[in-house]
Amino acid sequence: MKDLKGRSLVSITDYNREEIIHILDMAEDFEKNQRQQILGGHVIASLFFEPSTRTRLSFESAVQYLGGSIIGFASADTTSVRKGESLKDTILTVSNYSDLIVMRNPTDGSARYASEVSPVPIINAGDGANQHPTQCLLDLYSIRKTQGSLDNIHIAMIGDLKYGRTVHSLVQALSLFGATFHFVSPESLKMPSAVKTWVKKAGLEYHQYTDIMDIMPIADILYMTRIQGERFPDPLEYEKVKNSYILENSMLETSKDSMRVLHPLPRVNEITEDVDDNPKAYYFQQAKNGVYVRQAILAAILGLK
Amino acid sequence: MDKKRKELKVSAIRNGTVIDHIPTEKSFQVINMLNLNESNHQIYFGTGLESKKFGKKGIIKISDKYFADEEISKIALVAPSATLIEIFDYEVRKKESVHLPERVEKIVRCFNPKCVTNIQDVPTNFSVINDHKGQMKLACHYCEKTMAKENIDFF
Ligand SMILES: [Zn+2]
Repeated sequence: MKDLKGRSLVSITDYNREEIIHILDMAEDFEKNQRQQILGGHVIASLFFEPSTRTRLSFESAVQYLGGSIIGFASADTTSVRKGESLKDTILTVSNYSDLIVMRNPTDGSARYASEVSPVPIINAGDGANQHPTQCLLDLYSIRKTQGSLDNIHIAMIGDLKYGRTVHSLVQALSLFGATFHFVSPESLKMPSAVKTWVKKAGLEYHQYTDIMDIMPIADILYMTRIQGERFPDPLEYEKVKNSYILENSMLETSKDSMRVLHPLPRVNEITEDVDDNPKAYYFQQAKNGVYVRQAILAAILGLK
Repeated sequence: MDKKRKELKVSAIRNGTVIDHIPTEKSFQVINMLNLNESNHQIYFGTGLESKKFGKKGIIKISDKYFADEEISKIALVAPSATLIEIFDYEVRKKESVHLPERVEKIVRCFNPKCVTNIQDVPTNFSVINDHKGQMKLACHYCEKTMAKENIDFF
């Protein structure tokens, strides 16, 4: 394993299998003992060029549990970016004030570029439609925690598989652990061929469905995503399918006892509230796991553990 | 066809480069891409020529011009079957088929309008990959999107 210290985390593919396991093990330790003042005297910059309250608060919480300080902005509105400053200049400036930069940016590939110009490590907190590796790692943590292992699980991904960035990264990561993939989506939002190529090249299997009930008895994990009306070229098609990908409590009857429902949140209506009380619902715990995982990533990159 | 008549179709050059075995329909694209239409070199070209390998092929001969690696990469992207022949004083000095580089830098635009290379002042950088059907694709180092051959657009 290469040392994670000083290395940016831009894409989930920046980490190999061993490095992923290392981060998850560290996160497990932070779950047992969350308050560890190892980041004292460190300054973390949090640059959110577009708002994402959930991700930002999760990072801020992780920094503060570790005793670090945080500076930055929550949207591009009030910053020099609005005056036309280049991303490079913003990164070079902020790197003078901090030990590490957490960045969220609406432009695809901006995180890789930032990591190339920045003298301090970058953690990508989402770059447009591209990557969101800390989300992916917290998903992996949640899967391992609920299933006991990441190896050879059957994962069903449901909803918008065409534009859903979290499911693409999760396929890339789980391909390192021998998963079987079950893709459930309307015709026009099927998994892109580039992602399916990834699965095939890893020598693994995927199956495609349009009916969510088909995977219910097989799945170890049900990974729900939101379907947005504006993604459909034909509004009529959206009207036809919009209710077919909503998970209700009664639908879970035929699922395994060990099965768990994940969702990157925020949800709108794709999981009805009667699922929340079912012990198979795991999405709120999943969000909580995000803090442990981000603590682990910060500690690993700053070389404090 | 005897050798003499074949040679008549496109004149010989004394010094320069011959690009042979271009798929006939790509001939004009190769000329445009290399900006040969704007160059001061003597250029001869033919399209729709008989070829044992291809059925129909294009050939371009450029006097007093030898291509840099970057230009050869461009040719390989558009016409991977092409052969490059360097001529010195009517003699063949070097003859080799073009081959795709592992990386394509700066010469191709990313087809994703939301890519940082189209928004900030960042030179493009792609790796050349094959998809599961064996089709050549370019994977953007920045936005990680893969683009098919049809979407390749040169700066
Ligand atoms: Zn790109």
